[in-house]
Amino acid sequence: MFQFIVRRLIQLIPVLLGVSIIVFSLMHLTPGNPAQIIAGENAPKETIEQIENRLGLNDPIPVQYFNFVKDAVMLDFGSSWRTSLPVSEELWPKFWVTFELAVYSTIFSVFLGLIAGIISAVRQYSFADVGIMLVALFGLSMPNFWFGLMLMQWFSIKLGWLPPTGWGSPEQVILPVITLGTMGAAVVARMTRSSMLDVISQDYIRTARAKGLKERVVIYRHALKNALIPVVTVIGLQFGSLLAGAVLTESVFAINGMGKLIIDRILARDFPVVQAAVLVIAVVFVFVNLIVDISYKFLNKRINMD
Amino acid sequence: MSQETILDIKDLRTSFLVEDFEVKAVDGVSFKLPKGKTIGIVGESGSGKSITAMSILQLLDKPGKIMGGEINFKGKDLTKLSEKEIQNIRGNEISMIFQEPMTSLNPVYTIGQQIRETLKVHQGLNKQNGTKKAIELLSLVGIPSPEQRVKQYPHELSGGMRQRVMIAMALACNPELLIADEPTTALDVTIQAQILELIKDLQKDLGMSVIMITHDMGVVAETCDYVAVMYGGKVVEYQDVKSIFKSPKHPYTVGLLNSIPRHDTDVDELEPIKGNVPSPKDMPVGCRFAPRCPFATELCEKELPSLDTQADGSEVRCWVYTDRWDGDPEVNVRESKRTAESE
Amino acid sequence: MSQKELLKVNNLKQHFPIKGGILGRTVNHVKAVDDVTFDIYEGETLSVVGESGCGKSTTGRAILRLDEPTDGSIEFDGVDLLSLSRRDMRKKRKDLQVIFQDPYASLNPRQTVGKILTEAMAIQNAVPKEKRRERAIELLETVGLNADQIDRYPHEFSGGQRQRIGIARALSVDPKLIICDEAVSALDVSVQAQVLNLLKKLQREFNLTFLFIAHDLGVVRHISDRIIVMYLGKIVEIADKKSLFDNPQHPYTKALLSSIPTPDPEVKKERIILKGDVPSPINPPQGCRFHTRCPFATDICRQEVPELRNLDNMKEGHRAACHHIEKIAAEH
Repeated sequence: MFQFIVRRLIQLIPVLLGVSIIVFSLMHLTPGNPAQIIAGENAPKETIEQIENRLGLNDPIPVQYFNFVKDAVMLDFGSSWRTSLPVSEELWPKFWVTFELAVYSTIFSVFLGLIAGIISAVRQYSFADVGIMLVALFGLSMPNFWFGLMLMQWFSIKLGWLPPTGWGSPEQVILPVITLGTMGAAVVARMTRSSMLDVISQDYIRTARAKGLKERVVIYRHALKNALIPVVTVIGLQFGSLLAGAVLTESVFAINGMGKLIIDRILARDFPVVQAAVLVIAVVFVFVNLIVDISYKFLNKRINMD
Repeated sequence: MSQETILDIKDLRTSFLVEDFEVKAVDGVSFKLPKGKTIGIVGESGSGKSITAMSILQLLDKPGKIMGGEINFKGKDLTKLSEKEIQNIRGNEISMIFQEPMTSLNPVYTIGQQIRETLKVHQGLNKQNGTKKAIELLSLVGIPSPEQRVKQYPHELSGGMRQRVMIAMALACNPELLIADEPTTALDVTIQAQILELIKDLQKDLGMSVIMITHDMGVVAETCDYVAVMYGGKVVEYQDVKSIFKSPKHPYTVGLLNSIPRHDTDVDELEPIKGNVPSPKDMPVGCRFAPRCPFATELCEKELPSLDTQADGSEVRCWVYTDRWDGDPEVNVRESKRTAESE
Repeated sequence: MSQKELLKVNNLKQHFPIKGGILGRTVNHVKAVDDVTFDIYEGETLSVVGESGCGKSTTGRAILRLDEPTDGSIEFDGVDLLSLSRRDMRKKRKDLQVIFQDPYASLNPRQTVGKILTEAMAIQNAVPKEKRRERAIELLETVGLNADQIDRYPHEFSGGQRQRIGIARALSVDPKLIICDEAVSALDVSVQAQVLNLLKKLQREFNLTFLFIAHDLGVVRHISDRIIVMYLGKIVEIADKKSLFDNPQHPYTKALLSSIPTPDPEVKKERIILKGDVPSPINPPQGCRFHTRCPFATDICRQEVPELRNLDNMKEGHRAACHHIEKIAAEH
């Protein structure tokens, strides 16, 4: 197990390098001179040169990249071009908001999705199954900004039960989490259903029945643990689209998180902040998938541990 | 026969109901199994032999349903029991082992956990006693170093070892009847020999009765006392094992025996049965075997013969052995070769 | 039978790498086939038997170059197959056809039987275009199917019929050698007998050579002229059919033969039940690979790999790889 984790960590190095190269080129591929952007359009030439020197923009590209990576490893992403504050100071508070939103939504979608998927599979072709799958299809096909707006319309404006915007209090959490988690719940439900149906037809389920176990024990002890294995992978992948979905959800509910930060700073061409945000999201995504891989191995004893 | 009968199946009918269509997989199967003996149920794919076995413990897959008949086990009709009552019999009084040892064990639990589970359900053994008994069972079925094996997962064992684990699990509660559904089909022949030997030895030591489902006449010859040959969802012949090989009565049994390439003698040309195994969805109306039978007459094609007891105690489902036979009165079913060629 | 060698396999080795460790390097090899040498004569049926993992199917795949062998040479009709380019090898496949165990998996479900057969002819350009359909009909009749079934799809046929289609496809390019990889294993006995008889008939009619890979010794006895017994990637015995069944020399062959259930309850035979399982081909036992299960094993078996040998009590061409043939023969 330990060896496996070490190997997966080593395998992360090229992935992270690739991500850093893409993020780094962001600045160099966009047209316009960064120094000009910082100094403003009418700045004198001397000021621009001064800024260029300060930022090392005249160094050869590989040197710039090396410095960028060196600083990034130390979590130093430089200063914002707009506010001149250190990027990390701008980033972290927003990161935690988004992270909370993503984690709550994941919990919501896994919980709801698993229950719905199991019910669907155990009662295949029943009224409940057809109903759940219809709702899941709806959950999958509906754009989440629209869904968010509809929820807000009903629960905040018409019924007045929940606050329409903001983040922090438990009431404020509910609508964004439903908005963001519904698609995940639908994916998990569908995956759980098909995985459970597949497992239920396996020979070892027949063996379990032949031992004289109760149907409930057969389903929950023998089928579910096996059925979860592919579901875990899907949850990991879901987390990535969840982070992307968070950008829209945050805009809809005016939540001051990473998504909003990224959009604002792209519009303002504040590249150090954008770079840092993208890099952090990529790293989180990569590590979540590492955790998924490890738990996959842990659940699935059939795969060799070496 | 004065022997006590442990299992008496009467007119068992099992169908798969797909939408409005009924596929009769088992269509009126009857046989008796004397206590402590082994009956072989032989047949090719689609004959209904496995479905018969699954029906006994009601382990049929979804659209499958027992439509009628009786399964009398020690005086109780199993088809009349509630789900809870049948659960108490499964793995306890009647156990079953399956064809695919590679996939018949749950991959996410250890061997020990899986054997212990049976012991807990039926005998209420706790973890410690369960493990002790599991180790005993594993050594009973000839698994080396059972203390280590109980902690292992199925993927760490070979196919032959997994089948031994399945047998250990089946024996956990000293069942009176063991149903073995093609237990060695997926195994190599040297391993098959080990497993068949093991089942025979255990049967002798524990006094179990065994139902051996197989397509292999060799396995039948080596392990069974009685044989029921199935074709198209029906038993076509029932005899003791020696008689069925020496004087097979049904043309299908004869054809089956003539089709086997023997490893112990040279045969120039096999005598296959013409045509293909019929699908349960599309069964002939008369005798199920009529379209492939070299002796079939108009009667055979129109009317289904019944399974009749003969003077020598055997049971055959064939018009040749009845008063109504309308073909050649001198017909000798065992000389099918000549007839088949002249046709 | 002419004694011209059609296929010569020399010192064939097929080792598959196993990746592992932190960097995913090759840490070991599965020695699926390890130094195997044999010839197939024109017009004969040579069978390769053995249990799972013995390397019989791998040998067949190596001859077809479906896997690239690690070492050794394969000479077919005077041409070294391993030195051919991919393109030339494709052309050579006209002479070397294969029939697999699962006919359904090897037939394209979206093509009619006619299309399947004419396509095989087109790839090898074996038959002029306008004659292909005619030839396809002829082939169907040869393998015992009806001409009017030519426009049906594979799913409309039963297992035995599909295997006949597979055979027709193999025949469509007039091959010299057909490799049958467990070609009748999945069939019901009554249908299996039909297909075996068909293969024998075709061999007589078209002077075909068969390499017949199987695990069922009854089938093998029925169809073969000569038989190779493999165990863990090595040949343990090679002999004509009669010698192998009546006068087996290697203890593994003896055990294998005695393990088969005989379809006759009156025959009581002495059975040799081997202990344990076949060891893993990753780290096969040193010396004779069978020594871990052999009742006759001694020190020399654990140290030295036995060579295939022919002794006085054996017919010409009958060879077995065991250190103790003489001793075992004397004891029985």
